Amino acid sequence: MDVDLDVKRGIITSLIGPSGCGKSTLLRCVNRINERLGYVRTEGLVEVLGHDAYDPQVDLSQLRRQVGMVFQRPNPLPISIRDNILFGQRMHEPDSPDLAGSAADDVVESALREVLLWDGVKDHLDRAATSLSLEEQQKLCIARLLPLKPSLILMDEPCSALDPKATAVIEDLIWKLRGDYTIILVTHNMAQARRASDECAFMLMGRMIEHRKTDDLFVTPKDQRTADYIEGRYG
Amino acid sequence: MSSDAFPTRRPALDRLDGAWAADKAAQVLMFVAGISAIVFILGIFAFIAREGLSFVFSRFSFAEFFGSIRWAPTSNSNPTFGALALIVGTASVTGMAMIVAIPFSLGAAVYIAEFARGRTRETLKVLVELLAAIPSVVWGFIGLSIMNKLIIDVFDVSVGLNVLNAGIILGLMAAPIMTTIAEDALKAVPDRYREAAEAMGATRWQVIRRVVLPAARNGLASAVLLGVGRGFGETMAVLMASGHSINLPTSIFDSVRALTATIAAELGETAVGSDHYGALFTLGLFLFLITFAINLTADLVVRGIRKK
Ligand SMILES: Nc1ncnc2c1ncn2[C@@H]1O[C@H](COP(=O)(O)OP(=O)(O)O)[C@@H](O)[C@H]1O
Ligand SMILES: [Mg+2]
Repeated sequence: MDVDLDVKRGIITSLIGPSGCGKSTLLRCVNRINERLGYVRTEGLVEVLGHDAYDPQVDLSQLRRQVGMVFQRPNPLPISIRDNILFGQRMHEPDSPDLAGSAADDVVESALREVLLWDGVKDHLDRAATSLSLEEQQKLCIARLLPLKPSLILMDEPCSALDPKATAVIEDLIWKLRGDYTIILVTHNMAQARRASDECAFMLMGRMIEHRKTDDLFVTPKDQRTADYIEGRYG
Repeated sequence: MSSDAFPTRRPALDRLDGAWAADKAAQVLMFVAGISAIVFILGIFAFIAREGLSFVFSRFSFAEFFGSIRWAPTSNSNPTFGALALIVGTASVTGMAMIVAIPFSLGAAVYIAEFARGRTRETLKVLVELLAAIPSVVWGFIGLSIMNKLIIDVFDVSVGLNVLNAGIILGLMAAPIMTTIAEDALKAVPDRYREAAEAMGATRWQVIRRVVLPAARNGLASAVLLGVGRGFGETMAVLMASGHSINLPTSIFDSVRALTATIAAELGETAVGSDHYGALFTLGLFLFLITFAINLTADLVVRGIRKK
């Protein structure tokens, strides 16, 4: 693997490339979730907000609190909608005043409002999160990160399990979060990268080929391999 | 050309050949094997009921059976059939067994399912299964010889064959099967739940406590229920370790007598058709209904999760 990627704060950076080129693997290095597999070795430097994420001093739990992740398949926990939203805070700051009584309701409401899910679910917050539609589940998976105020959100093909309509809704949502959060969006859907990102990085066979403003990358790619890819010659 | 594409010697479409016959035969065989379980259960139930019901309709008194602790079926002057002490004996030993078995088996299941990897995991699973295969008379022997002395020495009591002894033995006997079922329940929790929680910064222990255990709770409950069922039904080890004396226990150091042990010890010495004989079958009927209800509940509890 040979990757050098500098992600700027507050914008959406998309990561494109053919299936199997290592996008997910790279993304999963950032919050070190790769390590749960046990057989993954990571080399090099990953810095999050100026801190080396692989420094032995780093507390994994704190790192992952700073770096949220949205998965390809929506994976709400098999508990209520409300408990999903409060899960992170209950874990990280169990004594927080935000969790007491009506303050918790406010946390839940504002997180759900931010992902445009509130009106749909406000009357049944105690229902199992797994009973929601996939689109709603994915919104919930984004919403549950927000109370922890992550500085970076990693999204690994967040729309690939969804139908086109839901995809559009989630894309709009991602675009709405832009500015408040730094987002890395992995996708193999070029149109999506084009629509929903400020900068775009193209990867091929584990290598970073090109990283520029999205519009520039798609209109005037510098590298021949990028040009071939966006014209659909492989991938 | 056309003879290549359509060979003249084609098998007739309506010919039933050997494979067809074998398939039909296998289907019938599987069906018979499948329903034989039902046939056996109904048959056994009918047999026990027939032997027991004659007693239930003649000599049986509800108030005496469930309300009296006097089990003296062989008394010449005044035979009595109070099963309360036996029921309490079985319940207390089973309760004690669960106090022992639940922490053991859940702890082992969590370790095997969530922490152990590779060789350790496989070795542990084999060991647990081996433990489940120890004959109950061996456990009873351990209770009678080792545990008996140990309890007398450690707690300074006069008899070591009591609720504590039988409960520990029974707990150790029930723990392996409970571990296996609980481990299956934990394994059935999809890994993406763990991943989701870990990605939010949950530690290993938080993942287990807040995600895995709640998600597996039905399976765990059914593991416990099956353990209880095992406790009610176990005979030999309880007979040997409980002291086998009719008693309403007031402490874990009291000897008790279990329903199962009573049947095992007395049935051989009764005249077929006598009141005593019928009373023992009534005990059996009662046991059968209880274990049946427990196992059915366990099964329904497990199905509960699948539906959700
Ligand atoms: N740096 C790397 N070194 C070795 N193997 C890698 C590396 N990056 C990715 N892989 C392997 O390539 C495969 C596909 O990677 P993945 O990240 O899932 O691709 P993508 O998400 O782009 O489809 C995975 O099996 C992964 O183990
Ligand atoms: Mg991928």
